Amino acid sequence: MKLKYPKNGKFGEFGGRYIPETLVPAVEELEEAYLKYKDDAEFKKELRYYLTQYAGRPTPLYLAKNLTEFAGGAKIYLKREDLLHGGAHKINNTLGQGLLAKRMKKKRIIAETGAGQHGVATAMACSALGLHGEVYMGYKDTQRQKLNVFRMNLLGTKVHPVKEGTQTLKDAINEAIRDWITNVKTTYYLLGSAVGPHPYPVMVRDFQSVIGNEILTQMKELEKKSPDSVVACVGGGSNAIGTFYPLIDEDTKMFGIEAGGEGIKSGHHSATLVAGSKGILHGMLTYLLQDKEGQISETHSISAGLDYPGVGPEHSYLKDAKRVKYDAVNDKEAVEAFLLLSKHEGIIPALESAHAIAYAIKIAKNMPKSESIVVTLSGRGDKDVEEVGRYLSKNVKNKK
Amino acid sequence: MSRIKSKFQDLKSKNQKALIAYTMAGFPNEKGTISAVRGLVKGGADIIELGMPFSDPLADGPVIQNAGFHALQKGMNFDKFLTLVKKIRKETDIPLVLMTYTNLLYRHGYEKFISIVKKAGIDGLILPDMSVDESKDFLQAAKKHEMDTIFLISPNTTPQRIKKTSGVSSGFLYLVSVFGTTGGQQQFQDYTTHAIKNAKKILDGKIPLAVGFGVSNPDQARFIIKSGADAIIVGSAFLRLIENASSEKIEGKIESFTKSLKKSTIPE
Repeated sequence: MKLKYPKNGKFGEFGGRYIPETLVPAVEELEEAYLKYKDDAEFKKELRYYLTQYAGRPTPLYLAKNLTEFAGGAKIYLKREDLLHGGAHKINNTLGQGLLAKRMKKKRIIAETGAGQHGVATAMACSALGLHGEVYMGYKDTQRQKLNVFRMNLLGTKVHPVKEGTQTLKDAINEAIRDWITNVKTTYYLLGSAVGPHPYPVMVRDFQSVIGNEILTQMKELEKKSPDSVVACVGGGSNAIGTFYPLIDEDTKMFGIEAGGEGIKSGHHSATLVAGSKGILHGMLTYLLQDKEGQISETHSISAGLDYPGVGPEHSYLKDAKRVKYDAVNDKEAVEAFLLLSKHEGIIPALESAHAIAYAIKIAKNMPKSESIVVTLSGRGDKDVEEVGRYLSKNVKNKK
Repeated sequence: MSRIKSKFQDLKSKNQKALIAYTMAGFPNEKGTISAVRGLVKGGADIIELGMPFSDPLADGPVIQNAGFHALQKGMNFDKFLTLVKKIRKETDIPLVLMTYTNLLYRHGYEKFISIVKKAGIDGLILPDMSVDESKDFLQAAKKHEMDTIFLISPNTTPQRIKKTSGVSSGFLYLVSVFGTTGGQQQFQDYTTHAIKNAKKILDGKIPLAVGFGVSNPDQARFIIKSGADAIIVGSAFLRLIENASSEKIEGKIESFTKSLKKSTIPE
């Protein structure tokens, strides 16, 4: 079931390359460079150096005792990607792609961002590696994630607010692709999730697989076996695929948690794998949220990072192959988990990660105490404090 | 023979090049599209491309994005598009090409979609995000329903790939003139001329070469034709005209602009 380097980027029927012709030479050049360097000793050594000395790897696998007690079942471990430099798993990928871009002699880097975490991680990688960065971000997201816009500016990266369409992540990707078409010779598109045309989904997965590889090593030390279950949140799905991929051949149950927004029935959600259908967007065939004619739907989630109508093609494959169970957690449950983890463990999780926490608590209850769950805590929640405050004051008002 | 093919043969016998004109279905509304098409036909356009709006048009610049967005907001959908095509077909026999994005076809099923639009009067399809590498099912369906498949190439497409792409194209081959999205208005650079000459040499007369993206006035049209193109494609410039015209003026304005463009395709 493990597809190491699928031919033509096809995970079963998913993935591929549905792109304007101008980008074909660019993705071919990228694939060639990636294949050349991915197993290159010098490249791997440099990446390892930056991951350890700059980003802070390996990250701890922390046994959340209080949360475990609260749930009253299986042990809950947290994979602390929130402790990475920048506060999210995104830097694993931006350092990898940044080093690749340098070897490709592309000095101008563009990226899209939803919550701003990938934008910040891109900005950091650009500063550290001496590259010029520009980031596209939906206007709506620049408003709800002001702190990250400010951070990107401080790091010397220009943020372009995107006012087209729904003004969120998918529109930021559209605009980044348009920039790439226009400046294809000089520009490297540093995609932040395991989405897009081949080879991005494979490449981003490989750079993020450091998460799952560390989990495996750490669990074998701590529990003398691979985890019984792992849980990760899924927007585009980069932290999830990085968690799942190294564990695919293990005896581990896997859960990918999407944003249920205001509830699946309300139609206001971003649960692509739970409620979507097959389609083509951003260069890939995958599950999408779309209407019956194929127009892409407006999505909703309290967390900007999950607010995306598509999903990485490997997740679509793992869903249909029934290797991973995909489920949704709604805004309310995510906020409750956000508060719970903050209070019980002194860890403020990103709202994205809070979806995974909420689900882990649910399943832990029904698992024996001898078993263990690993939750990938993909990011920290400082950026979400304001948004949670707004949510709480609105909902208290509604209750009155 | 397809309407597109016979149009190119007819033009060749008259020693003319083709003017291919794009407009967005449902922009500013359905009536406006009918007026625009009438203006295009009267002005002497040879082939009409009708855009069907998609929520995420990533190969398009601001003008077509905006037109598509408004068309969708006004309720343009597949049924209304078909009605519009049928209305146009009652008035004119001009070749009609549908330009949209792959997902709209995929969602219906390639074959179902193609058979329905063919029946309504569409002669060819342009899908900017349909790569030749992913086109097997699409091509099979198109062949079955005798639908022309117009693929795109770009100034950075390799000779080998131009051969591969032209091999599965019918009607004409679409050369994107510049690095960029639709509607850019920069001056053409040498690489555009090179790309046209290079493609013409590789195609060796097997299929007409049409050039679009950023062609917005008669001077540019003449330049592209002088470089060797068999057809020019103009889109955003028409939409800009429509955007700024009151509904009763659309037809007349489009007609006179079309005439000025058509002139550049006829030898002096």
